[in-house]
Amino acid sequence: MSVQAWTYVFVVLSFSLYIGIAIWSRAGSTKEFYVAGGGVHPIANGMATAADWMSAASFIGMAGLISFLGRDGTFYLMGWTGGYVLLALLLAPYLRKFGKFTVPDFIGDRYYSQTARLVAVFCAIVISFIYVCGQMQGAGIVFSRFLEVDVTTGVIIGMAIVFFYAVLGGMKGITYTQVAQYCVLIFAFMVPAIFISLMMTGQAIPQIGFGSELLDGSGYLLDRLDGLSQELGFATYTEGQRSTQDVFFITAALMFGTAGLPHVIIRFFTVPNVRDARRSAGYAIIFIAILYTTAPTVAAFARTNLINSVSNVEYSAVPEWFSKWESTNLIRFNDKNNDGKIQYLGDAEKNELTVSADIMVMANPEIAGLPNWVVALVTAGALAAALSTAAGLLLVISTSVAHDMLKRTFMPSITEKQELLYARLSIFVAVLIAGYVGMNPPAYVAQVVAFAFGLAAASFFPAIVLGIFQKKMNKEGAITGMAAGFIFTASYIIYFKLINPAANTADNWLFGISPEGIGTLGTMINLFFAYTVSRFTPEAPAEVQELVENIRLPGEA
Amino acid sequence: MVDSRAHSYWKANIKLVLSLLCVWFLISFGCGILFVDALDNIRFGGFKLGFWIAQQGSILVFIALIFIYIRAMDKLDEKYNQESSGESNQQTEGDSL
Repeated sequence: MSVQAWTYVFVVLSFSLYIGIAIWSRAGSTKEFYVAGGGVHPIANGMATAADWMSAASFIGMAGLISFLGRDGTFYLMGWTGGYVLLALLLAPYLRKFGKFTVPDFIGDRYYSQTARLVAVFCAIVISFIYVCGQMQGAGIVFSRFLEVDVTTGVIIGMAIVFFYAVLGGMKGITYTQVAQYCVLIFAFMVPAIFISLMMTGQAIPQIGFGSELLDGSGYLLDRLDGLSQELGFATYTEGQRSTQDVFFITAALMFGTAGLPHVIIRFFTVPNVRDARRSAGYAIIFIAILYTTAPTVAAFARTNLINSVSNVEYSAVPEWFSKWESTNLIRFNDKNNDGKIQYLGDAEKNELTVSADIMVMANPEIAGLPNWVVALVTAGALAAALSTAAGLLLVISTSVAHDMLKRTFMPSITEKQELLYARLSIFVAVLIAGYVGMNPPAYVAQVVAFAFGLAAASFFPAIVLGIFQKKMNKEGAITGMAAGFIFTASYIIYFKLINPAANTADNWLFGISPEGIGTLGTMINLFFAYTVSRFTPEAPAEVQELVENIRLPGEA
Repeated sequence: MVDSRAHSYWKANIKLVLSLLCVWFLISFGCGILFVDALDNIRFGGFKLGFWIAQQGSILVFIALIFIYIRAMDKLDEKYNQESSGESNQQTEGDSL
């Protein structure tokens, strides 16, 4: 069967599975809609968290980025896993003990203030919305490339599927489809990785193949890759290029951001108790680590493979995948010296080949000459990754609107049934807007996705941690802190990414910190303002301090 | 004596979290970023140690840290709960805490 036929088989099969699950797990109450009834098993929640967490960026983008960044790519790996340590130790158990539905719920109640609640609603919607547009766009691109439909049709199919199970099932439907999506995406990621590791090093476990000798007798994989990179004038793969402080700040921003992202945090509201919240954080990091320890191996294998298969090859004799990806403009060849051969070099003057980081995962199985069904599997995996994350984010937007803005702030008298209706309506509207942006992507969406982390790091993370560990922290401190952190981080990013992209070089950065890492400074600014302001304003009232005492202790909420 | 039990539970919890976070910081920011070049001088198999910690080892340590935390907190919870039930049963004999 052709790649396309296999792709249809996998996509139709996996989508029917998601729809089946959606019908089986319809939500009847707001508790089911917001937190899946609070009865999800920790292993299931671990898988759902992993799928929720691993987006199109983790699945398609990350290994490719690491391929071209070499050791500097480490900030993605450590940043996006290390945040789970913070989440497990500092946030998840306490938020579960608190036992409400959303992050603004916690902020609003803990800081006894509707203003704090609304600031949190605003941050949650902005962060989730930036993030969800990227997922829709990712799903659209995957559809258009592999099913050869145009991007608009691709986005509409993606929207329809997410809409179906998110609106019907709310958190309950999302949770169980995410469990299925995790299985699909991890299988789709691991199969090609294992194949390639076997082909290149004879080791079935990619993490071991990563440090093994190549079968073609050219020595250890990483030494060979370093050697090839140096020969062609690229940076040495296992050495860093970025400044240490920038890598430090980016890693920290991604870690704090991970721990502060509302769609990840709310997953911990779905388990029965505090003990299970801790457990599911443990399962989640195992499920995530399977992909995250494999990604750098795929990066190194793919890069070596790419160099071996194109460097100094006659352009007329390139393999089939080369021409296929060339037609999407993701690979571009420009024969500068007219010798008919591909010169792939680090020197920009002489280099004749540009390869987009995005195709390293998607094209990797083809580059390695793997069977058609493996190539097709990757498509299903990428879609699972994009849709599962999109669903989690849409739910945050919906709960922020229906629960925090309407029920808890502006329309406290609505019944549960009405609240459920509003929740479904707001998912509907959010899907439409996200779909529209996915079809007409402003050039900056993809760039801005990564900055959702900086914003989460600078707003939610410090406010929640202080709320738990500093019982005297008051609303004045928390609100000023969140606002200052958010505004500072957003302005820095908007300036360098939208207003004046030409100035986006290390010389102009504050303390040499790139916009990717500025969230860490935002976190510090948040903390600084929170402490300073809280010292000059009255401490939190006694009943709030009692609430904090209570969430610190074991037992039911 | 509820307050002193709660107090010692919280103190033990803070101590545990802080020590785990020290390891978290040393491995990720320490070995993976700040001292990575020095560690790269040590090799095992096809890996430079610093590079391996940055791209593989740190993630394994994160898993270990979370599981140590889960086990330690289970024990701490159990101790706290036993003390609470012990307290309500033996109220006439006085509290041992």
